Amino acid sequence: MVLIEQLRQFHIDYFGDTVNFLLFIRTRLSIRGTLRNSKTYEFQGKMGKTLLDKVWDAHSVRQLPSGQTQLFIGLHLVHEVTSPQAFAMLRELGIPVKFPDRTLATIDHIVPTDSQERPFRDHLAEEMTRSLTDSCREFDITFYDLYSGQQGIVHVIGPEKGLTQPGITIACGDSHTSTHGAFGAIAFGIGTSQIRDVLATQCLAISKPKIRRIVVSGELQKGVYAKDVILRIIHELGVKGGIGYAYEYGGAVIDRMSMEERLTICNMSIEGGARCGYINPDDTTFSFLEGRDDSPQGAAFETAKKYWRETASDLDAAYDDTVEIDGPDIGPMVTWGINPGQSVPVDQKIPDPSDMPEEDQASHQEALDFMSFESGQLIKGQPINVAFIGSCTNGRISDLRIAAEIVKGRKVAKGIRALVVPGSMKVAQQAQREGLDEIFSEAGFEWRRAGCSMCLAMNPDKLKGREVCASSSNRNFKGRQGSPTGRTLLMSPAMVAAAALAGEVVDAREMVSQ
Amino acid sequence: MNDQCITFTSGTMIPLRGDDIDTDRIIPARYLRCVTFDGLGAHAFEDDRNQNASHPFNQDRFQGASILVVGKNFGCGSSREHAPQSLKRWGINAIIGKSFAEIFFSNCLAMGLPCFTVDDKNGERLFDFAEDDPSVEAYMDIVKSVIRVHGEEISANIPSGTQKSLTEGSWNATAVLLEAEVETQKLAASLPYLNNFSA
Repeated sequence: MVLIEQLRQFHIDYFGDTVNFLLFIRTRLSIRGTLRNSKTYEFQGKMGKTLLDKVWDAHSVRQLPSGQTQLFIGLHLVHEVTSPQAFAMLRELGIPVKFPDRTLATIDHIVPTDSQERPFRDHLAEEMTRSLTDSCREFDITFYDLYSGQQGIVHVIGPEKGLTQPGITIACGDSHTSTHGAFGAIAFGIGTSQIRDVLATQCLAISKPKIRRIVVSGELQKGVYAKDVILRIIHELGVKGGIGYAYEYGGAVIDRMSMEERLTICNMSIEGGARCGYINPDDTTFSFLEGRDDSPQGAAFETAKKYWRETASDLDAAYDDTVEIDGPDIGPMVTWGINPGQSVPVDQKIPDPSDMPEEDQASHQEALDFMSFESGQLIKGQPINVAFIGSCTNGRISDLRIAAEIVKGRKVAKGIRALVVPGSMKVAQQAQREGLDEIFSEAGFEWRRAGCSMCLAMNPDKLKGREVCASSSNRNFKGRQGSPTGRTLLMSPAMVAAAALAGEVVDAREMVSQ
Repeated sequence: MNDQCITFTSGTMIPLRGDDIDTDRIIPARYLRCVTFDGLGAHAFEDDRNQNASHPFNQDRFQGASILVVGKNFGCGSSREHAPQSLKRWGINAIIGKSFAEIFFSNCLAMGLPCFTVDDKNGERLFDFAEDDPSVEAYMDIVKSVIRVHGEEISANIPSGTQKSLTEGSWNATAVLLEAEVETQKLAASLPYLNNFSA
């Protein structure tokens, strides 16, 4: 109550009335925006903490001589691509994995999604799989392999198992580790040498980021999804805008989102340059976690809930920056370029380089050249060759349901190769229980096994030549989907489904209302 | 001083203009199908090089360069350490850029590969220096965070923690982190979620 009183007093100081105080309390945005923009800094000393502050403090082992923090990592997720060299370094040093029970491995990047018969046809993939299998056995790490029934994209299975929880720290040798922030965890991607550090010590040497609150206010239009929201955020703030920051997402749109939608938002924080992004835990988070395999059970769950609630950012927390985006103003987004910030709403034209800030003009032109697009061209109507639904961004059950709803009773356009790759074995099983696999298959989609697949094309699922792919994944970099000259258009699963049916980029909202 | 201390590096420069060059471009994903980093040097920028004959990594005059000069947000995207590992194996010992993506930057530090940032103006000057005369040597003084080239001193930035880790030889963090084993165990014991939330 002291806090509320302080806030009330603060409000009176600034606005000279108490009338709007309740409204003021309800919209965290105005509090934060006001604090951020206010010229009076004497309040800084009294300000509360963000979730980042709290989690950082709770996991800080010590300050290192370099000035960085020795940060304890509560959960270490491991996959086959970035870890073999780290395990080799451990062997060289002759040291064990410090907290094997806080380490979990799976295989996702290189698994084929058609036949998963061993040995894999790709002998390099087979070698990597064996290497991880051996390392997990040697270092006593739980391994969700293809025979476990639990395998999947590492960022899909953490939440699915209830391992991803509010207030914990998570590291993984994958940039999309930011995904787990959806639960109010502080989660970031690391490289192989840092994987070695975490395996050996359960800690990282790392500097605390600044924090930017991103508020998405109001309500989304029908047919606009979490993917569109995050693409719009990246478009607004740029692909370098988040360097040095953690992103805290909030506001009415985010508050209303399901956990799966929140995962999509946090997943792409890294595409905006932010190494981690998170959403404050709330009742939606807690109900998602209740009853999951690795969630606290019974009385412990109630204790946990209390702890989790307390990890959320204080109402009067101080931010280094605050940005607001108007929810109703967001349309279905499609990328036209070679980074995830180069996007337009589906009904708008590709902008001209001269409309861009001078420093972005060269890369804008490079993107147009690579994509063979012209400025002023509508992205809608652009023919596609391949449609890919899946990835840690949009390979969860709700994504498949949305896509299936559009696809049901229709056919994939002639000549289009269309794939649905579930994010995990559990997602696949659930989809099959609901008959979604049949809906996709009848429409002409290939129903595949779980893995990263064509998001980064480390397995046999690749674009060929100059093919254009409508993709629910996260990166449209040059060559990302396996062909050095292949082209990627990022969009929501609904938009990918609609594009697969039409053979070109369309506004999925029109398909739904047909 | 231990043998891991890195206080300076010097060499000729290779300029790579352009912003937002991602790690998929530095090392395409198909080369991540490996269990060691050996051999990655030959594939650095492979797809870019195949599509652009005048790519700096294709030009004879830049062969033998050891300092890579880049634009903004270099190394964005995937966390693959294969990217800086491939550059190192190509012959790069240090990078100067207008800005770096964070994971790439920390991967470089963990490998003992110094990264300096410079402002836009100095970034352009370094591009020009290298393009005008590829034989010109740059000297990166990590203690003072300056670059000496053509008898000039160009001021550079490096976060103080990174600078200390390099100059004091603690960039290979495992040993440093292991020093706090007791504190680590103590902290783990204090975290409710590691103790099943029992009071």
